[in-house]
Amino acid sequence: MNLNATLIGELIAFIVFVIFCMKYVWPPIIGAIEARQATIADGLAASDRAAKDLELAQEKATAQLKEAKAQAAEIIEAAKKRETQLVEEAAEKAHAEKEKILAAGHAEIETERNQAKEELRQQVAILAVAGAEKILERSIDAAAHSDILDKLVAEL
Amino acid sequence: MSAAEVTSQEYIKHHLQNLTVGEGFWALHIDTLGWSIFLGLVFLTIFRSVAKKAEAGVPGKLQCAVEMIVEFVDDSVKSTFHGKNPVIAPLALTIFVWVLLMNAMDWVPVDLIPRIFELFGVHYMKAVPTTDPNMTFALALGVFVLIIYYSIKVKGIGGFIKELTTQPFGHWSLYPVNFILEMVTLLARPLSLALRLFGNLYAGELIFLLIATIGLFQLPVHFLWAAFHLLVIPLQAFIFMMLTILYLSLAHEDH
Repeated sequence: MNLNATLIGELIAFIVFVIFCMKYVWPPIIGAIEARQATIADGLAASDRAAKDLELAQEKATAQLKEAKAQAAEIIEAAKKRETQLVEEAAEKAHAEKEKILAAGHAEIETERNQAKEELRQQVAILAVAGAEKILERSIDAAAHSDILDKLVAEL
Repeated sequence: MSAAEVTSQEYIKHHLQNLTVGEGFWALHIDTLGWSIFLGLVFLTIFRSVAKKAEAGVPGKLQCAVEMIVEFVDDSVKSTFHGKNPVIAPLALTIFVWVLLMNAMDWVPVDLIPRIFELFGVHYMKAVPTTDPNMTFALALGVFVLIIYYSIKVKGIGGFIKELTTQPFGHWSLYPVNFILEMVTLLARPLSLALRLFGNLYAGELIFLLIATIGLFQLPVHFLWAAFHLLVIPLQAFIFMMLTILYLSLAHEDH
């Protein structure tokens, strides 16, 4: 063993190295490590949260889809009902219209027939008068006049 | 200086001689000082270059390597020392890396560095600083001063004296006996720290030198012994660091 002033020199070197390490080496490195650990922890927490959010969103979407389907079915049902109603209404309306048109037709026919009857009657009267005039012009001869009467009858 | 010209005893003795300046106590081992400070500067330069650029983003490869060591030391400190102290972790890092680098000089072939220096007319060169007791005692003494400092700072001078005298035996008449026992315990700490590191590395170096004297067969034997030092070198650095942390955490404990 050969202890001498080298020990003092090494002790000074040791102290200087430790102080340098303490001031300029350790804090930045451990700071960076801890900052990164915090970042990673935050990232992991965020990804956990995102996964949970996604699950919730999926659940919500499923529920909404179900609701939408139910609503669609309801709407279709209502539309069908309305359709039947409309068809029925239209049929009813058409029926009524038909009746109306038919009734109007009947009435028109009736009036026209009446008019024709009236005209006929008037013409018969005129004819009768005309026939009487002709008869009166000649002597009244039943045999001779029978042709006129026949004509009259035919004209009726 | 080849084995043919000198006996193996002379060869080994020559290799275990420090490059010394001065006489008696004021002598300086230039090789120990030079290599240890050089290795300390290597350590601080690398770590400082990383620390300057350190950021929380994606780290580079060197930053990763440095952070692995820092985290390893930080974990070791946290697992043993539970208080708050800004000195212990950087101290442990410095001790671990510095001692590791100095021990690692053991892997350099024993004749390589002395031969190179011999070309420049330097005849003694011991390249492994931790095989010099001055080095290991300096480290241990530094740790010892911190043990005393924190013992007094945490427990107060009265508390520290009380701790040294009132246990393990509670009776006042046995206080001197307690004091002797506690002093032995206290002094054994730096002494064992220094001697363990010095003993392991000195013995390792000595065996490297012995192997170097056996001729051609030294090559496989050297390889085996160097491979064995894959265990010894990091282990001794780790033990020194771990015991430093442990002693300082004991100094912080209040009874």
